[in-house]
Amino acid sequence: MSQAVAHRVIILGAQSAIAEAAARLFAAEGAQLVLAGRDLGRLNEIGDDLRVRGAAAVNAMELDLVAERSPIARLAEADEALGGASVILIAFGVLGDEERAETDAGEARRIIDGNFTSAAVWALAAANLLERRRAGVLMAIGSVAGDRGRASNAVYGAAKAGLAALMQGIAHRLAGTGARALVIKPGTVDTPMTAAFDKGPLWSKPEAIARVIWRAADRGGPVLYAPRWWRYLMWIVRAMPAPIMHRTRL
Amino acid sequence: MTQFGRPVPFAAWGRIERGAYPMARPRFAGDLPGLFSAKERPGHVLGVGLGRSYGDSCLNNGGGLIAMDGLDRLIEIDKPGLVLRAQAGLSIGKALEALTQRGLTLPVLPGTRFATLGGAVANDVHGKNHALAGTFGRWVRRIGLVRSDGRTLSLAPGDAEGLFAATIGGLGLTGLIAWVEVGLNALDSDDVEIEDIPFETLADYYALMADHAGKAHRVAWIDCTHPGRGIFTHGTPARDEPGARHKTPPGPRFSVPFDGPGFLLNRFSLSLFNKLYRSLKARDGLRRMHYARFHFPLDSIGGWNRLYGGRGFRQYQCAVPKAVAREAVMEILNAVKKAGDGAFLAVLKEFGPLESPGLLSFPLEGSTLALDFRNRGQKTLALLETLDRIVLNAGGRIYPAKDGRVSAQTFQEMYPQWRALEALRDPAIRSDFWARATGMAR
Repeated sequence: MSQAVAHRVIILGAQSAIAEAAARLFAAEGAQLVLAGRDLGRLNEIGDDLRVRGAAAVNAMELDLVAERSPIARLAEADEALGGASVILIAFGVLGDEERAETDAGEARRIIDGNFTSAAVWALAAANLLERRRAGVLMAIGSVAGDRGRASNAVYGAAKAGLAALMQGIAHRLAGTGARALVIKPGTVDTPMTAAFDKGPLWSKPEAIARVIWRAADRGGPVLYAPRWWRYLMWIVRAMPAPIMHRTRL
Repeated sequence: MTQFGRPVPFAAWGRIERGAYPMARPRFAGDLPGLFSAKERPGHVLGVGLGRSYGDSCLNNGGGLIAMDGLDRLIEIDKPGLVLRAQAGLSIGKALEALTQRGLTLPVLPGTRFATLGGAVANDVHGKNHALAGTFGRWVRRIGLVRSDGRTLSLAPGDAEGLFAATIGGLGLTGLIAWVEVGLNALDSDDVEIEDIPFETLADYYALMADHAGKAHRVAWIDCTHPGRGIFTHGTPARDEPGARHKTPPGPRFSVPFDGPGFLLNRFSLSLFNKLYRSLKARDGLRRMHYARFHFPLDSIGGWNRLYGGRGFRQYQCAVPKAVAREAVMEILNAVKKAGDGAFLAVLKEFGPLESPGLLSFPLEGSTLALDFRNRGQKTLALLETLDRIVLNAGGRIYPAKDGRVSAQTFQEMYPQWRALEALRDPAIRSDFWARATGMAR
């Protein structure tokens, strides 16, 4: 699975299972990586593995991606460590407690900040960087939950929908510059999983999402579903008339 | 997930013993100590890998399970020093993918690549090369163990407490195995050069084993419908020209999407299957085969355990001492035939004299026979108890990793050293197997 030139990858939210699975694919082709996340010990645990798997260099950057005050400066630091990133992946997010968010404004705000507001700030900083360089690809992990508002994850879905719209807009803005932007929308992901557990057929492993991310570093966009068949499933979900939708408990 | 969630269904590989258990799935080594002190901890806990143990050694009724497969990172591969250090949830298959592309391999491979390194330690697994390499535990240099008293230990052979020896073959009872450091062998090729030789009697089997004593891998498939008949296979790591291309291991050829109807496995289909298998395998001469096909033949059928139907199956694996091995094996095969409940899969191998450092290690010098039985409830249990008596009389023992039903009395006669493991068991850990085999109060 080797590509022409090994990538230089910044992962914001590198501790997530999907991000780590993607990092392993980049590492196997000799990529250089900067891993940004909340816990240095965990980042190093991931980093050691990536080095053994073939990463040419791994730098850990401990920071709170949601609370960070100067994303532009931190992103520039990470970019410099790589000598210019070819991939910037925004992989952080919070699931939150949807039921609590219905009555607790603090929880609702935490979900929106953790998935949209903070991600948007990083995305804009990254877009500016790549636009100036006229190269590289910016990716953010959205969710199929953002494709249609549903009772079970209205707040989370709304935040991810906002992020998807922003990424689409950035992709439009970057069109023709040589840089690209895209949003990857995973379906339901089993993180981390064993074959022994009974999960529905719609569940995917982080590795399946990671392969979509890895391929997207070289081509595709601006909206990618992971795995790909979710595109068609979500087309049906979006097309479902409200009177029918409202009879379900999705 | 660093806390115990709602009960999750989990079945042992034989699919008879099963249940739903509050489950935690740590992803980072630092999560492990906290799992013991978590206030929602569901009583006793047990670390489990990929659920390839056949019976109840991977189950914990009334308690919780800690799925270790999220801890699957490589820590170091030292090529000149021939050492791998990796987290315990890494599977043998994934470890091999990383190792073989560097011209390295694990010196002992169990029959499935879907076992974890932690499971390989906890069951002190063996391969088809036991005579030359001994058990997996012989190659283990250090073990990272997390105990419920808050200690995070790095165990080496001969530690004062005896925890290293107790952890090898210790069924995961001495603590949570966080990481494993194991010695490696250099590998010249991804292929194994093998030969299949049919035989008609057990005497022929032992003669073939002796004739090929220098071969790395030796194993025989036994036709249960004709006790004594079978096919002997030996294998030796192949040699390649320098710079030969590394081949990634083949994945499953197909998967079993649902439970097979158990009634298809009857004595007629059994007889037919054995005839077919024999005629397919009995090819002349040496041939080459990818190591994964040779060592993990059943892995090429995803979910093969479903073929035995919804009632599941039992595997019986015993080891009998060399001096009486031939008689004991024949007696077992005759008892199986008499019960009219032949095993589809019967595998006979030889264990050599190399001792394992493990306290409760299964292998002993002699023959080891593994038999699969479709679950026919009481009938199957009665047959296995008959086999237990033959094994006990021969001075042999059964393999806890395969068992879901041996009585406490029989187990304790087979493993008189069990009390030493019980003394070193982590008080916060238990398994259904251990509770049954030791007569532990719930």
